[in-house]
Amino acid sequence: MILVWYGIYFGLSSEQRFLLPPPHAVVRAFIDEGPALWSAAINTGGGALLGFASAVALSFTLALILSLSPLVRASFYPYLMILQMTPIIVMAPILILWVGPGLKSVTIITFLICFFPMVVNTTQGLISTDRNLVDFFRMCRASKRQEIFLLRVPAALPYFFTGLRIAGTLAPIGAIVGDFYAGNSAGGQGGLGFLSIIYSSRFQMGALFATAAVSCLLGFIFVAGVVSVSWLSLHKWHDSFSQSDN
Amino acid sequence: MTQEAQTPIVELKGVDKRYGDGPLILDGVSFAAYRGDFITLIGPSGCGKSTILKLISGLNPVSGGSIVVDGKSPDGAAGKLSFVFQEPTLLPWLDVARNAELPLRLHGVGAANRSEAARRSLELVGLGDRTEYYPRQLSGGQKMRVSIARALTVSPSILLLDEPFGALDEMTRDHLNEELLGIRQKLGWTAFFVTHSVAEAVFLSNRILVLSANPGRIHDEVRVDLRYPRTEETRQSPEYQKLVADVSRILRSVERLKA
Repeated sequence: MILVWYGIYFGLSSEQRFLLPPPHAVVRAFIDEGPALWSAAINTGGGALLGFASAVALSFTLALILSLSPLVRASFYPYLMILQMTPIIVMAPILILWVGPGLKSVTIITFLICFFPMVVNTTQGLISTDRNLVDFFRMCRASKRQEIFLLRVPAALPYFFTGLRIAGTLAPIGAIVGDFYAGNSAGGQGGLGFLSIIYSSRFQMGALFATAAVSCLLGFIFVAGVVSVSWLSLHKWHDSFSQSDN
Repeated sequence: MTQEAQTPIVELKGVDKRYGDGPLILDGVSFAAYRGDFITLIGPSGCGKSTILKLISGLNPVSGGSIVVDGKSPDGAAGKLSFVFQEPTLLPWLDVARNAELPLRLHGVGAANRSEAARRSLELVGLGDRTEYYPRQLSGGQKMRVSIARALTVSPSILLLDEPFGALDEMTRDHLNEELLGIRQKLGWTAFFVTHSVAEAVFLSNRILVLSANPGRIHDEVRVDLRYPRTEETRQSPEYQKLVADVSRILRSVERLKA
């Protein structure tokens, strides 16, 4: 891949070459900009994690409420749709004016991007419990509380983790987009989004590529985290983790 | 028969059932079951045999008539009866032991007592060594055994079985039939059993109720006076085979009625 990269680089005419940094320039940028990239990644990662965690907690609570009745669902869904349909690029400036730039708005933007897939998947899981199992619980005269926490919630876990996986890939993207608008470099608060604005304004192509690589890595870390948590809670019993197809 | 002098453990009197504004599913179903009876309900699909079990269990209310279970309403007799579904309906995230003790857990029984009860009933069905397995690691027959063990954990006096062996191959089914009778011999519950298989009905029961469909009514009752314990030899006996032929004939006449 690196050879192809060099091949393309040397194939470009000399006045186009500034568009594609050669691999060694990217490595160079990693070394030169290391501290800046590192602290930016920490800031963005922190915002992503906060937004993601709050989305998980709130979406789970809302999904429990939504699962109670079709009427509740019907009255809540339009608002959820409005939230999801409004592009984050339009919401970001409004949010920044409301809460100011920095970690707070990055967290909120990440939250907004993660919330919808979590709510929808978890709610679907909570209302898709096997009819026979529900009958079995009712025949045992289980309380509503037992039915929710011993049956509906565990049965919804595979759906919950599907939502979590989608949200996990979106969280770092959300944080970077948020930071792009709401990053605040004053006092070392900038994240990867803010850094990419600075680098592009200075035509630092190598550093931009390095930023892209760090962003990608952050995404992988998030997904790896989600995948391992879902493995831990599902592998013993759920078919999606079965080793053999018997 | 001295039986008639006892009070019935379950009695249905003129039971009607319809769901919402739907068609009548059961129309004036009446029968009495006595302690120790093994009653099989058989009939074409749509005759409401599963519905009768659900009414006795108290899961659904009757639309007309009355049901008395052990002197109480079905709803008040919850602790007395257990249900075995068509599917094993195990919770896939719980291991075998935790599945078997679940009804006791739902009733608020302490951990030590319920695991002891679960262990005992798992041993009865021959799965005492599989307590830490998860349902997906078991075969269809083993899952059904866990489901039966789970039903037995609450020491019911009435067992309702809704076509529990319908999805199993014939060998496994015959085997489980014998085991089920063996367990009944030890524990002595009264059974209501739904099936499509005439052979299974004759092998298991002392009374067979043949239902007709649309709406469900009791068409005929056949008494099976074969001696318990019943074994493979029972299946070879001419009396057994004659009864299977008789019940099949009645069932065919009911199906014709429908058509």
